[in-house]
Amino acid sequence: MAFLSESEARELTRRVLALSQADHCRVNISSDMEGNTRFAQNQMSTSGDIQNTTLTVNSAFGLQVASSTTNRFDDASLEQVVRTSEALARLAPEDREYMGELGAQAYPDSRSYYESTANLEPDVRARAIAEVTEQSVAEDLISTGFLTHRSGASCVATSAGLFAYTTDSRANFTTTIRTPDGTGSGWAGTSVNDWNDLRTGELGSIAVQKAIQSREPRDVEPGRWTVVMEPTAVGNMVNLMMNSLSARAADEGRSFFSSPGGGNKIGEQFVDSRVTIHSDPEDRRIHSTPFNNEGLPNRRTVWVQDGVLQELNYDRYWAEQNGREPTGFPSGWYMAGGSDTLEEMIASTERGLLLTRFWYIRGVDPRTILFTGLTRDGTFLIENGRISHPVKNLRWNETPIFMLNNIEMMGAPVRISSGESAGLTPTVIVPPLKVRDFAFTSTSDAI
Amino acid sequence: MKRRDFIRHSAVAAAGLTVFPRPELLHGVLSPVAHGPVVQDAARRELASRALEAARSAGADWADIRINTNRNQGISTRERRITGVSDNVTSGFGVRVLVDGTWGFAASGNVTNDEVVRVARQAVTQARANRAAQREPVRLAPADVEPNGVWRSPIRTDPFEIPIEDKVEYLFAANEAALTVSGSRFVNSSMFFLREDKFYGNSEGTFTDQTIYRAYPRMTVTAVSSDGADFQSRASTDIAPRALGWEHVTDSDMLGLAPMFAEEAVEKLSARSVDPGEYDLVLLPTHLWLTLHEAIAHPTELDRIMGFEANYAGTSFIYPLEDYLGTFRYGPEFMNVVGERSSPGALSTVGWDDEGVAPRDYHIIRDGVLNDLQTTREQALWLEDWYRSQGREARSHGNSYAQSWADVQFQRMPNINLEPYPDRDVSLEELIGDIDRGIIIDGDGSFSIDQQRYNAQFGGQTFREIRNGRVEGMLKDVAYQIQTPQFWNAMDLCGGPSTYFMGGAFGDGKGQPAQSNAISHGCPATRHRNITVINTARSV
Repeated sequence: MAFLSESEARELTRRVLALSQADHCRVNISSDMEGNTRFAQNQMSTSGDIQNTTLTVNSAFGLQVASSTTNRFDDASLEQVVRTSEALARLAPEDREYMGELGAQAYPDSRSYYESTANLEPDVRARAIAEVTEQSVAEDLISTGFLTHRSGASCVATSAGLFAYTTDSRANFTTTIRTPDGTGSGWAGTSVNDWNDLRTGELGSIAVQKAIQSREPRDVEPGRWTVVMEPTAVGNMVNLMMNSLSARAADEGRSFFSSPGGGNKIGEQFVDSRVTIHSDPEDRRIHSTPFNNEGLPNRRTVWVQDGVLQELNYDRYWAEQNGREPTGFPSGWYMAGGSDTLEEMIASTERGLLLTRFWYIRGVDPRTILFTGLTRDGTFLIENGRISHPVKNLRWNETPIFMLNNIEMMGAPVRISSGESAGLTPTVIVPPLKVRDFAFTSTSDAI
Repeated sequence: MKRRDFIRHSAVAAAGLTVFPRPELLHGVLSPVAHGPVVQDAARRELASRALEAARSAGADWADIRINTNRNQGISTRERRITGVSDNVTSGFGVRVLVDGTWGFAASGNVTNDEVVRVARQAVTQARANRAAQREPVRLAPADVEPNGVWRSPIRTDPFEIPIEDKVEYLFAANEAALTVSGSRFVNSSMFFLREDKFYGNSEGTFTDQTIYRAYPRMTVTAVSSDGADFQSRASTDIAPRALGWEHVTDSDMLGLAPMFAEEAVEKLSARSVDPGEYDLVLLPTHLWLTLHEAIAHPTELDRIMGFEANYAGTSFIYPLEDYLGTFRYGPEFMNVVGERSSPGALSTVGWDDEGVAPRDYHIIRDGVLNDLQTTREQALWLEDWYRSQGREARSHGNSYAQSWADVQFQRMPNINLEPYPDRDVSLEELIGDIDRGIIIDGDGSFSIDQQRYNAQFGGQTFREIRNGRVEGMLKDVAYQIQTPQFWNAMDLCGGPSTYFMGGAFGDGKGQPAQSNAISHGCPATRHRNITVINTARSV
């Protein structure tokens, strides 16, 4: 079994579009092979290999629009999914913001598919995990973790003549290693597109060291701290801002990016002048998809340049209303960094905290993009330029906006595992940062 | 009684309180009408048998299969505009095998005779690959064999038979009702319906066929201040998702409640920003269900306790087990917490779990003391010593669940409920009356808890100050921070049956790949003394 090839996808969309009686029709196909293995207590726990293809039909009569999805492709099922979407569309009220379907488009040259990942078998996953569990057993530690990969195709076709097809493969590996007495826990992880770029043994070694070094943490007082943030913690925070870039919410007065007198903050400096963030399907480091769900090309977009907001996320309707180009959604992003190393950040810190990653990050106040969450799996006190001892985890209430205004030092950007559940998310590349006045509100006994 | 009628007639309303849950969903209040099959689907049984035989031939010692069809329908609107109408179907199956005590699992969306055989063999191959690193083989607790089980959610009206126009009309009417309130500016509303046909079979001879429904109407109203400097939202968290049909939409009366949601969003704009400090809290069950979910339901998952979720969802403060089971005082004497999958209309309610076990009701906390934990067949045996000391057999509680055919089943929480005060029907007025300086919280809001479930922070939808036993003006920027054991032991009284309400969620995340569980949590209103409240406002 495999995912749909371009010719198979083209044939399937042709069959669907031929059945359509609507004024406009769009077909989206997602065809995937997924595999995963979990481990706990230094052995495999559960795993899965999954094969699936889904097809969504979006039908419109004038401005009346609806969609229907199936994963069966016999003639009767295809007929049914088309008729269901059409019947719903005929009954739906007019959507005055429906923009119709796109015709043929030119797409950026995006390459994110690798045979090495597509051909991954369970025994290769098991060997990659053994490189971690064996280190853990040798140190009398307890390892857990998750290796997941997906390879597949996305396709969009419309009755207006658009056909777009792309392939993508991704893998994500994370491990948490704990001490048997439950007083220490260390984490490491990353994501790749090319399986050959993944070094599970090296990540396991980092997690082992953090587990050992984090044993028997001591209390520190909550409050404002200077923090040295590893890239994963930085990505956890900046993601929150990147998910708040809706131009419409800003223009409607319900976003941090709203201007008090109306409109939005495009053109305003809102964070430190060293902050620059961009998306680009042709940037080989980012590995992002070339088009969005509507078949709109994902173009290079600079969101923040030298601390100034350059762009917000405009869908086709809101772009037209405001005389701007639609942006699509940022499928992967890159935050530029500096030349400071993590060691230099620690050495320059008189009293501060070293943070590995964050956990249970949830919104508190959208007016300031204020979120709360906790540190986890490697939190250390820095005193007089050195790591002095592990500390208990802390709850923070903080906003990425304040954090990016309080930057003291920046390191070289690296790719991270950006989702809390370590799933297959769009690429995030961020630098480590040293930041002042990070707001912690309480401590936790959780290890 | 409709909620607004209750508010109008209640003595609490005279105290300025416009919030109160509807007493509902104690066992047996629904009168179900059957929808779905009354006999098993013969074609699926044939496919299941074929897959189980293929697994056994390939070398599996034990196998099971789930064959599912999941249909869902979603309608979303904002103000006077439709933003989405969709109707989606996915079918597929997943085969799970044990080979020499190692799990394997494979799944496919292509439900055919040949594919079930291929996938069954693939699961066995995968289990063999994982076996190399095995240290402790998996064993399963015994379970009753159910050769011909059929079960259906107790719905009155199939939501897929209601015309789409009626659903849109209902949402538009609710939006309009909210927008008539001066100052309310944006409304997002939606309805979601699900029907899941789930066939299960295992190599011991259990075969069950179940039809499960879910319904969730919801809305959020946003008010923006006239100078554009502030915006505040009120979500319809008083309306919980349920395993019910169309009747849940009409019974929950979002249309009737919409003006109240709008009024409270507008009221928040001028609410006083809270002074941080210690307060006595009265938590309405529309809010408390989520605190219960995070601080009781999650830490009593046995796989989490034993470290199986350490890489994502985390572990638990309940460890080692011998220091906690039967001795750990979670809360006061009147605190009883029950796990169950039997309440009609509750989201986790089923006839059999996803490994063919008929779930049992059980006390997780009895008289304030930790008594039992959530289990599957694999995990029940980990508690053999505890059960033996109690004169009980080690059997699964029936808490296995997978979100879809494509995901492997594992331990997921059932409905977990805090029982009402045992001796009398303690009223909300009584909970409030004894408070000098407090806050009453309605609706769930922001939530976050650490990976061992000690330190948590919760917001809400509305917050009202309590002064000298009376409910006064609205507050905003409120969140409270707790340490789990102290928080429940600071509960000095809880409400009786008349304050009971069942909240819940579709999106409870756990596992890797992350899976969503749907669960309900029933609870009364509660009172907690001296809880830390912070102010969450920041000026930019």
